[in-house]
Amino acid sequence: MDFRLDDDQRQLRDQLREFCKHKIAPQAAQRDVDGRFEDGLIEMLGEMGLFGTYVPEQYGGTGLDCVTYVMTVEELSRACGATGILVSAHHSLCVDPILNFGSEPQKHKYLPKLARGEWIGCFSLTEPGSGSDAGAARCAAVEKDGGWVINGTKSFVTNGLQAHVIVLFAVTDPQTPKRRLSAFIVEKDTPGCTIGKVEHKLGIRASSTTELVFENCVLPKDALLGERGRGLRVALETLDGGRLGVAAQALGITEAALECSLGYSQQRVQFNRPIADLQAIQWKLANMATEMAAARALTYRGAWLKQHRRPYGTEAAMAKVFASEVSSRATNAALQVYGGYGYCTDYPAERLLRDAKITELYEGTSEIQRLVIARQLINEPQWVTRG
Amino acid sequence: MEFDLPEDIVALGDTVRKFAAEQIRPHSRDWDRDQLIPDEMVAQLGELGLLGTLTPEEYGGAGLTYLANAVVIEEISRQDGAVGLMVAAHNGLCLSHLNLAASAEQKQKYLPKLASGQWLGAWGLTEPGAGSDAAALESRAERDGTGWRLTGHKQFITNGLRAEVFVIMARTDPSQGAKGISAFIVERGDEGFVVGKKEDKFGMRASDTVTLDYENVYVGPERLVGEYNLGYIDALKVLERGRVGIGALSVGIARGCLEESIAYAKERVAFGKPIAEQQAIQFMLADMATELEAARLLVYDAATTLDRGEDARLKASIAKLFASEIATQAGLKAIQIHGGYGYTKDMPVERYLRDAKLCEIGEGSSEIQRIIIARELLKGAANLY
Repeated sequence: MDFRLDDDQRQLRDQLREFCKHKIAPQAAQRDVDGRFEDGLIEMLGEMGLFGTYVPEQYGGTGLDCVTYVMTVEELSRACGATGILVSAHHSLCVDPILNFGSEPQKHKYLPKLARGEWIGCFSLTEPGSGSDAGAARCAAVEKDGGWVINGTKSFVTNGLQAHVIVLFAVTDPQTPKRRLSAFIVEKDTPGCTIGKVEHKLGIRASSTTELVFENCVLPKDALLGERGRGLRVALETLDGGRLGVAAQALGITEAALECSLGYSQQRVQFNRPIADLQAIQWKLANMATEMAAARALTYRGAWLKQHRRPYGTEAAMAKVFASEVSSRATNAALQVYGGYGYCTDYPAERLLRDAKITELYEGTSEIQRLVIARQLINEPQWVTRG
Repeated sequence: MEFDLPEDIVALGDTVRKFAAEQIRPHSRDWDRDQLIPDEMVAQLGELGLLGTLTPEEYGGAGLTYLANAVVIEEISRQDGAVGLMVAAHNGLCLSHLNLAASAEQKQKYLPKLASGQWLGAWGLTEPGAGSDAAALESRAERDGTGWRLTGHKQFITNGLRAEVFVIMARTDPSQGAKGISAFIVERGDEGFVVGKKEDKFGMRASDTVTLDYENVYVGPERLVGEYNLGYIDALKVLERGRVGIGALSVGIARGCLEESIAYAKERVAFGKPIAEQQAIQFMLADMATELEAARLLVYDAATTLDRGEDARLKASIAKLFASEIATQAGLKAIQIHGGYGYTKDMPVERYLRDAKLCEIGEGSSEIQRIIIARELLKGAANLY
């Protein structure tokens, strides 16, 4: 049993951390103010292979593994939460279902450009009337003339502005309970597919979150991803993996909170000494570090299981719910450490708090995660015992 | 990176789990009431090798890793935290100190009987006036010829009632503070050494906790353990390793809370259906399980770090702090899920809560753990991995 990254992974992590320190972190505040990613960022990340970390080399990817991928999301998020989810939503939610459910022609068509970041990907399941209740989606895909006609509105699509490739979920069989939805690969420039509302958000402001509006959008037959009627399964299995990415994002944000709290508390002098000398502050630092270690252990255990093709859904749900709630607590504590300055945008704490909150919401709210976990416990209580 | 336990440890865990369920569980309520673990159980634990887990095989121990030891303690504590504490203190404090610092002669003399369970071992650091501030201990060891005379009191000593062997920390150089303390082996029969008051406790009641009183107790030179004046330094190492054990103990109790709660929630019907179908109950179970999984991983990480011979100070404190606090929370939730029945002794969960609380205090309170963690962070340990 060994909790450590291997030597290659550690080396890659150190290189990535150094890169982020210069090219991602210093620009994070401005990205948040501007509400967009700066020109050249996507190309830079693409050149580093970060959009295809575990895409096999035969499909043009970097050919590494899931644990390494999770590490990249953690490091990027530590520098900038929005940049972390740019990569995570692309890789976990668009690249991954194509890898897992796509036909060979689909994989060869989409993966190389996605892996290079030449195309950005997104995932579109949620609708105005169906979030947690994903199975109640209504966007329709009707068979016609050998293809599909899509009509409906999707909401809260991460990477909506940047994405060229959409993994879309629509109703193909409204009368068949449990097999209503199918998954499709849609290219954004298909006539009838437009970006609707662009959301203005509390946090991860540089990350685009948009509606997608489909009006008589015609797709070829081979746009179907996986089996007809199995869309919900594609979605839920994909989300299991996405949860690890969000857990890693939350973990990265937590690390940033701890790091800046350590730095600030050692500089800020009150009552003639650094506030780091005061137990009240030490307590916050200790709690942040302890919860962070726990979140990391859960996240990497989930990633390791996925990498080894073992069941990991419960572990991923645990990692996500725990790491996200830790990140909210840690960033709140970090802001408190900064005191009044923490409330001002000159200092990073408030942005970290705003960024952290989303991790408790997307890719399955904390409530959904708890339902997933509870279902495992109740259906298979012996799962608890294994050590 | 590897998250599976080795097969031999899995097999060991299975054995201990079965033993605990069959031989310990039926009696725990009585042992808690009577504040005693019977000699027969001590003997059984000895026969299974559970009283020499970390002691090398050459001295009659099982020669296990810290990881295996953690699994053993977890499986015992799942059913009975007091038995877990007895085992953890015997292996992780007394034997640990001897394994770390004793001479070959001392090991030859003491380890085999301790490892077999023929003798129980205790460890004495805490005093009435020195708990968290352990380095302020006042017990004196005054030179007497080639030996010393020990005078003082120890407080809250686990296993003290029946132990044959005690490792006692006493001050050999009053001018030196933490570097003026030495460790000595005291035997039960040493003249002037008295096992005093047995505490009547909230939890861990079957595990005996006593004061020790000694006045001018003579110990010869062969009783000094480790280097003169460095006994406290060794004690800190012992505590660091011991914390992993208390973390495992906490994980065991928390797991007991969860397993009992799932079973109860599936059976108990209210409003026409099992309460396991209510979200409020599901959410409590989910939180208990998530915290348990995290705690167990933290304990394993600290244990495997120790097994690699690396510095585990920060990880051990993190593991102990987190696991103990979630165990108490698990105890509270377990009682809540069991409702009124959880408040009675017919159900084990009220005892689990009472037992769990000790883990936030013994072998370094949560406050001490936070001080250690903060100090390590401020020294630059933030990049933990």
